[in-house]
Amino acid sequence: MLELCNISFGVSEDSRQKEILKNISLKLEDNRFTVITGPNGGGKSTLAKVIAGIEKPTEGKILWDGEDITDLSVTERAKLGISYAFQQPVRFKGITVFDLIQLASGQKMSVEDACHYLSEVGLCARDYVRREVNASLSGGELKRIEIATVMARNTRMTVFDEPEAGIDLWSFQKLISVFEKLHETNHGSILIISHQERILNIADEIVLIADGQLTASGSREAILPQILDKSVNRSCKVMGG
Amino acid sequence: MDQITQHILEEVAGLHAIPEGAYNIRENGKSIGRSSTDEIEIGTREDGKGLVVKIKAGTKNKSVHIPVVISQSGLTEVVYNDFYIGEDADVTIIAGCGIHNAGNDASKHDGIHSFFVGKNAKVKYVEKHYGSGDGNGERIMNPETIVEMEENSYMEMDTVQIKGVDSTIRKTNAKLKDGAKLVVMERLMTHGKQHAESYFDVYCNGADSGANVVSRSVAKEDSYQKFCSRLIGNAACSGHTECDAIIMDNAKISAVPELEANHPDAALIHEAAIGKIAGEQIVKLMTLGLSEEEAEEKIVEGFLR
Repeated sequence: MLELCNISFGVSEDSRQKEILKNISLKLEDNRFTVITGPNGGGKSTLAKVIAGIEKPTEGKILWDGEDITDLSVTERAKLGISYAFQQPVRFKGITVFDLIQLASGQKMSVEDACHYLSEVGLCARDYVRREVNASLSGGELKRIEIATVMARNTRMTVFDEPEAGIDLWSFQKLISVFEKLHETNHGSILIISHQERILNIADEIVLIADGQLTASGSREAILPQILDKSVNRSCKVMGG
Repeated sequence: MDQITQHILEEVAGLHAIPEGAYNIRENGKSIGRSSTDEIEIGTREDGKGLVVKIKAGTKNKSVHIPVVISQSGLTEVVYNDFYIGEDADVTIIAGCGIHNAGNDASKHDGIHSFFVGKNAKVKYVEKHYGSGDGNGERIMNPETIVEMEENSYMEMDTVQIKGVDSTIRKTNAKLKDGAKLVVMERLMTHGKQHAESYFDVYCNGADSGANVVSRSVAKEDSYQKFCSRLIGNAACSGHTECDAIIMDNAKISAVPELEANHPDAALIHEAAIGKIAGEQIVKLMTLGLSEEEAEEKIVEGFLR
């Protein structure tokens, strides 16, 4: 179980301190599917980076099975079993899709095994496995490869930052079933940052983050109606001028 | 053949045993093994300063190995090798030079290779440079490649220098007739106080000729690299040159692309980029469980592949 205790994160901007995350506390239990949602710029992605160790919180603690991991590096957290799928996947010259999946799995693997993960995310495996993860791949292709690498890690905690961004509608349904399957087989904790109602619909729990603060959290049944209600009200307001 | 020679042959030519087909193995200034075939004849130049390799017209899918090993500290040599590739031939030439210097004097190999590529012939030229030995003597290689390409011929040049060569000045000069195509892929890594310079002059003289000269390099520690690529379009042709370099530590890199179009239908492009390894690339590999050093190593390995 991963626990965030009173996490704050700030940056200095034009010699002024800007608070991105304010005193966030959250428990992410094993075998739970949690979706974090909320307006753009609210601090969701920063929170994901804090979990992965890419950003260090300015205040607060992160506990992994009760042990303080706040000062552990990205590598150490990855080794503990935390995976993180980038919102904007990184490109590499010369490193192939196969290399990346093999590195992710942490062991030697056959081309067939790597292809299995690619097929899971709806890519025709044979066409992709030997390709370089470079600028010749489209944003949507990269995004699916990113998800495949994280699946190959098969860790106890997996964080996806807006996995739906850049994915076409046709593949989106496939993506939903990828997450459902991962939830069924992995038994770890899955955390997804998303704006998509269809992803919210398959969550066990929903967390709402706005303006750096945790404004609501609870079961999907409890939170989803509130969010949908709010968004309807907001759009009416806009339409009303 | 001693262990050092065997190791170097493996590094520069991928050879574990005497190669099949045509070959010449040069060790410390002398040929220690040579074999010709019906289609590929390896002889000595009239002036005795190198080899003449003649590949008969129509020879298909054959290879020639001509590795050079220097293990004697202080040896300096200049070798002239001439390659005549007959019309319609399709061959691979694997050169390569390894210097093992355990002494205090500089060892140096300057190889001047001339290629005469016949009409419609296709040749792949692979050249790998490697240095080893813990002496203070420098390991120096200055290769020069001269290429004359006849109509519709194709040449691919694949050069690699990854480790152990202290100083290199590489010069390549190519002249292309109608429909000829030249593809160059240079891969280079320098470290320590190494120094590497590479100069390309490619003349696209024939209609529909084309050249693609690409360099991928990594400069580490206090090393220095210079890449100068000059494409001259004297006809309706297409040319592209690219220098893509990763800079690390206190290294210095200079990239000088030059295009010269002397014909209105000459289409020439150059690209050059020098930069550090992107921080996000390292972070991504760290999220897969690699340490920062391991991540850097993987990125460099992939980049130079």
